Amino acid sequence: MNYRLGNKIFQLFFIAVAFFGSVFTQVAYGQDGKALFSQNCASCHAINKDLTGPALAGVEDRWPDQKMLYAWIRNSQAVIKSGYPRAVEVYNQWNKVAMNQFPNLTDAEIASLLKYINEEAAKKAAGPAVTVGGGDDPNAAKASGQDSTLLYGILTLVLAVVALVLLQVNSNLKKLTDDKEGVVRLEPVPFWRNKTYIAFLTVILFMVGGYLTTKGAINLGRNKNYTPEQPIFYSHKVHAGANQINCLYCHGGAEQGKHANIPSVNVCMNCHTAINEYNGEKLYTADGVEVDGTAEIQKLYKYAGFEPGKPWDPTKAKPIEWVKIHNLPDHVYFNHAQHVKAGKVACQTCHGEINKMGEVYQFADLSMGWCVNCHRETKVQFNDNGFYSIYEKYHADLKSGKLDSTKGITVEKVGGTECQKCHY
Amino acid sequence: MEHNKPWQSFGELTNSEAYQKSVKDEFKEDLPFENADNGFLQAATPRRDFLKYVGFSTAAAAIAASCEVPVKKAIPFANKPEEVVPGVANYYATTYVQDGDVVSVIAKVRDGRPIKLEGNDVCPVTAGGTSARVQASVLDLYDTARIRFPLMDGKESTFEAVDKAVAASLSSGAVIVTSTINSPTTKEVVAQFLAKYPGSRHVTYDAISYSGILQANAATYGKQAIPNYRFDNAKAIVSISADFLGTWLNHVEYAKQYAKGKKIDEKNPTMSKHIAFETVASLTGGNADDRFLYKPSQTAAVVKALYAAVTGGTVTGIEDTKLKEGIEKAAKALLAAKGAALVVAGSNDTNVQIVVNGINEALQAGGNTIDWSAPLQIRQGVDSDFAKLVDEMNAGAVRTIFFYGANPAYTWYDAEKFKAGLAKTSMSVSFNWKEDETTQLCKVAIPDHHFLESWGDAEVKAGYISLLQPTIYPLFKTRQFQDTLLKWSGSAVDYVTYLKNYWSTKLGGITAWDEALQTGVIVPASATLAGASFNSAAVATALGALSASKAGKYELVLYQKVGLAAGHGANNPWLQELPDPVTKATWDNYIIVSPTLAKSLLKIDLTNGGQADAYETQPAKKVVKLTSNGKSISLPVLIIPGTEANTVGIAVGYGRTEKYGRASAGVGKNAYVLSQLINGNIAFESTDVQLELQAETYKVGLTQTHNTYDTEQGNRTEVMKEMTFAAYKHNPAEIREERDKELKPWGGLEKFESQGTIYPVYDRPGVKWGMSIDLNACNGCGACVVACNAENNVAVVGKSEVVRGHEMHWLRIDRYYSGSLENPKVVFQPLMCQHCDNAPCENVCPVAATNHSSEGINQMTYNRCIGTRYCANNCPYKVRRFNWADYNGSDSFADNQKSILDDSVMMMNDDLTRMVLNPDVTVRARGVIEKCSFCFQRLQEGKLKAKKESRPLETGKDGKWDLQVACQQACAADAIVFGNANDKHSAITMHRTTNGNRLFSSLEMLHVLPNVTYLAKVRNTFDEGTHHTAEKPKAPAAAH
Repeated sequence: MNYRLGNKIFQLFFIAVAFFGSVFTQVAYGQDGKALFSQNCASCHAINKDLTGPALAGVEDRWPDQKMLYAWIRNSQAVIKSGYPRAVEVYNQWNKVAMNQFPNLTDAEIASLLKYINEEAAKKAAGPAVTVGGGDDPNAAKASGQDSTLLYGILTLVLAVVALVLLQVNSNLKKLTDDKEGVVRLEPVPFWRNKTYIAFLTVILFMVGGYLTTKGAINLGRNKNYTPEQPIFYSHKVHAGANQINCLYCHGGAEQGKHANIPSVNVCMNCHTAINEYNGEKLYTADGVEVDGTAEIQKLYKYAGFEPGKPWDPTKAKPIEWVKIHNLPDHVYFNHAQHVKAGKVACQTCHGEINKMGEVYQFADLSMGWCVNCHRETKVQFNDNGFYSIYEKYHADLKSGKLDSTKGITVEKVGGTECQKCHY
Repeated sequence: MEHNKPWQSFGELTNSEAYQKSVKDEFKEDLPFENADNGFLQAATPRRDFLKYVGFSTAAAAIAASCEVPVKKAIPFANKPEEVVPGVANYYATTYVQDGDVVSVIAKVRDGRPIKLEGNDVCPVTAGGTSARVQASVLDLYDTARIRFPLMDGKESTFEAVDKAVAASLSSGAVIVTSTINSPTTKEVVAQFLAKYPGSRHVTYDAISYSGILQANAATYGKQAIPNYRFDNAKAIVSISADFLGTWLNHVEYAKQYAKGKKIDEKNPTMSKHIAFETVASLTGGNADDRFLYKPSQTAAVVKALYAAVTGGTVTGIEDTKLKEGIEKAAKALLAAKGAALVVAGSNDTNVQIVVNGINEALQAGGNTIDWSAPLQIRQGVDSDFAKLVDEMNAGAVRTIFFYGANPAYTWYDAEKFKAGLAKTSMSVSFNWKEDETTQLCKVAIPDHHFLESWGDAEVKAGYISLLQPTIYPLFKTRQFQDTLLKWSGSAVDYVTYLKNYWSTKLGGITAWDEALQTGVIVPASATLAGASFNSAAVATALGALSASKAGKYELVLYQKVGLAAGHGANNPWLQELPDPVTKATWDNYIIVSPTLAKSLLKIDLTNGGQADAYETQPAKKVVKLTSNGKSISLPVLIIPGTEANTVGIAVGYGRTEKYGRASAGVGKNAYVLSQLINGNIAFESTDVQLELQAETYKVGLTQTHNTYDTEQGNRTEVMKEMTFAAYKHNPAEIREERDKELKPWGGLEKFESQGTIYPVYDRPGVKWGMSIDLNACNGCGACVVACNAENNVAVVGKSEVVRGHEMHWLRIDRYYSGSLENPKVVFQPLMCQHCDNAPCENVCPVAATNHSSEGINQMTYNRCIGTRYCANNCPYKVRRFNWADYNGSDSFADNQKSILDDSVMMMNDDLTRMVLNPDVTVRARGVIEKCSFCFQRLQEGKLKAKKESRPLETGKDGKWDLQVACQQACAADAIVFGNANDKHSAITMHRTTNGNRLFSSLEMLHVLPNVTYLAKVRNTFDEGTHHTAEKPKAPAAAH
């Protein structure tokens, strides 16, 4: 019963995570000025200070013609060539460094970008701002029902002691009555030498010991909730959560191959040549110690061999030795692309609400049972992915109703629980 | 003595006691219960010890398990190169270059390490084909015995120091001794050096020389070159001791061409005819439709007789009636195919080759099967040039000498004289990348890069260029030979720039060069076959000059093995452990003798079951001392049918010095010392040798008898089917009809699957993998075996383990003989896990570690296997392998292998060598079974590729492939087809449907339903087609 219930909760949780996950990924692509800013502008521009490019606060006021500003954002060189005075002025003022082109931005997107810039500029003017939003407690959803195992345990123990005492009393009373009636009986054996008790105790100890040993053995090598200290306090909550950077921006390998890959220093520096201080919501480690975000960025600069204000020489960079959290045994083959690209599984399904993690911990126990359960329940992209067109029989059965189309074709149906899918 | 039933071993031929026992047992050895009869207390491991072991292992496991999980690091790049994604392989077109041999390849580079070479399909010469040596060469990159830095007087030095030392002795020029160089740019670099230092010269010396052919062509065609042989255009082929499928000249290309002529189109059955004249059994002779045996001393007589026969004369000078008849038949077949006939000979005698040219000219081969439009560039050395140089060295006329690719201290017939001459030079430099025998004697060694670390180009045929690009940063302090020469010539540019400039200019721009580098080849625009003018006078002179050489009682032939060839593969454990296709022996060289000689010399009568067993079941072989021209060599003897009665053969390439590497040390003996210089050419034969049986014996690791399996056998074994071309033409459906008849009791061919079993028939939705192997195309060369080793991390077990029957090859090639004992027909059958849909192994596994997938794969889960070996015992094909020891060093406890395993296995466990492992395949630990997985990692990768692109899987439809398995990719003969059998248009489905008549699966009536099928071997022989009376085999219990 418990197992089934647990399963249901698990399932619900999955669905919830998948739902939030999809919302989250969509947001990154939507007309959210903040996300657009992070993705397109932030590597060269800040709102209130000059970086590679000028501070963007009040940019709309500086451009008399909004149309020209839009054109400039899409293709600055063309505007310069057209001889528009403001364009030429900016170009010359900034040492003739050409701005990147964004020909794919729509009018609506640029509008939301500019709106975001204005809002941020206004906030700054109003006083120190809280730029990071959303501080939900990831543990809020923790089951509120109290664990009553301990209570029952104590009760059992008390009852066992009472029973023992009563048995002793009983045997003493029997002895007394026997003495009275003149029945000759042996001295009663003290309970600690009573073979029945000893045998009973041994059996119980054996069972409990066996249970604990087995349970312990199964958990060997599993590291759920493993939260090692990393060389740099890197917060996914700040990057993926508050700043809505797409997971694939750093972990592009997830769509291409086996490993999701940890970004190399040059990927960090794409943004951090510009972003050199942290002034968002306060950061805490899992132990509750406060972390200075700006100091952590300085650590990155040390690895990168970068001095703010000077051009960065990537050849001076040294790799960062991150501690690996998700470790699979050598006899397991796992491929990210299979899940992310072909299966369209959200990152959060296996990694938890990574966008809310200050420090990353291992969300799932990564056990075989956990993998297989998901393979039993998850549907493959049966109609959307052309690969599955070769499963003609299933297509026919779905049409004829022989297979339940609401249940769909699960991974298991296409052989996803066979040994050699992961072990070879 | 004719036998209808093919046989793998002499025991099988005589149905001996040991053979009958061996087909019943999966494993060669008994279980180690010594003295079990006396009770366990007296056993070697009594109860108390047993309890101690149990206690210790429990405690050890508990301690090991309760240790904290080690902290693992994940270290990304500092700056990730754009083209590298960790975990995703990159493929680079480059070229396998070894001496003159050139094969275009694609190197699979995983996380910066080349781990596998595949044939380059774009190359018109080899068209995706490879050989065992090409497949194994990636392991050479990680050879632990490579020279890791420049050496001066045997001690570590620097490039600056060696440059300075050599510069001082260049004033009077230098002699550069190289193996054949066919790189256009290297030739120019050498020319630049020669021009800079007057008095210098370049001498080409090939260990396995073809100077006979070169000089013969100079005499008859006026060109000192080797023509482009076209075996694909030949309807009749005669080979006279030329092993053109295994080792002779450009054998990868020839294997491809030859297979084209051997494949049969059911609608219009034609087949080329190949007649081999041989002295010692070879791969090519085994594949021939007919084989005739002759003595080395008869070479002249044979070619003269054949010349006479094709020019209308009569065959004279041949006493052996079988041979005489063979020559007459061969001549008839050649003449019948005039204009599409080809004769090739392996002899290095110029006059023999001139007569062969004469025969080809008489057959109008020029412009048809012999093409002069693009001469072959892979061998250019002339022996007399080098012989002259050795004389000069001894006279003290050579001050400074360089060696690049040449190793005369090992390969030259008179190595002592060469060494004496080398001692008289004042400066000797070796550019070889291994510390070989010559390098050890040189003052300075400037190690060259491995070809996978090099830039370069190679011109296999005139106009056909294959390019080299580095696939890995040089592992050691090595420098390319060309760079060194350029530096010494005072050139301002390095070799990469030189190469780029050279080809950009030739191709018309840097873009063209980039494109060529990407595909790996540069191909001439047109390719029309061309003949050449012929000088018949030379033939007449040669005929006059050819006289029978003096023949002794026994004669000797030196040959190359498919694996080691001239000896470059000696330190490559994959090649050493590759069972030789002809002898099925590993790790040694030996003397090959005929069954007749075995009887007279060794007193082993193979027709006597007891004596055959005594020879065959024990790895210890009798040793014979062979003496030729005063030089002696003692080697074990193997009896190989198909060898001329009184001729013996020894393979070259063995007997390397200690420094050459851990795998080659102490393996075999150097047979080059037995070669001779006759009329200016090296002769790899001796017509008068003495043989003396020695008292001692020597163990040889033979694999053929290790996995014997038997069935009820009728006219043809159910394991392998063969027939003659005449019989095939008479009734093409014979095999299909026979199968149908065999399966009649269980529903015949149509309903066999459902009616032959009480089990239900399972659905196979989606993909169903299948393989089909054309036994007509397969020539047994072993490229697939090595490819499988490389792809699947198959362990090397070492000689001591092979001797015990513990070899691990997932794919083996069974050799079947049929016909007479002295000169049988040979069939090669590649056998790997058959992935039975009704697999007997799956039913008996107590832990379900082996089971079936919905895609038709017989899965093997190592982490689940507990090593009962029931599956191996129940496998009818004997293809399951057990890890008897910790071959890979993958156990938790270190050092538990050192006293048990050979040093060559330990070499494979070196951190450097391990770089070759495929990270997508589990490295198996001790105590588990393993077997062919159909390259499961490739299947998964291929399917994922299709899924990512959201389209159906492609396995050969319109020539599009998402995946190819390793053996299929490696095969030069395209004998193996693999793919999705559920796809109506896939290559495998087409292969099976268009060849329905020859199709069969091995041991079909067992109803194990293999997913591997074969096409029966058809032989275009002179023999009458054996129309079988097809005695019905005794019906075995129809499966389960």
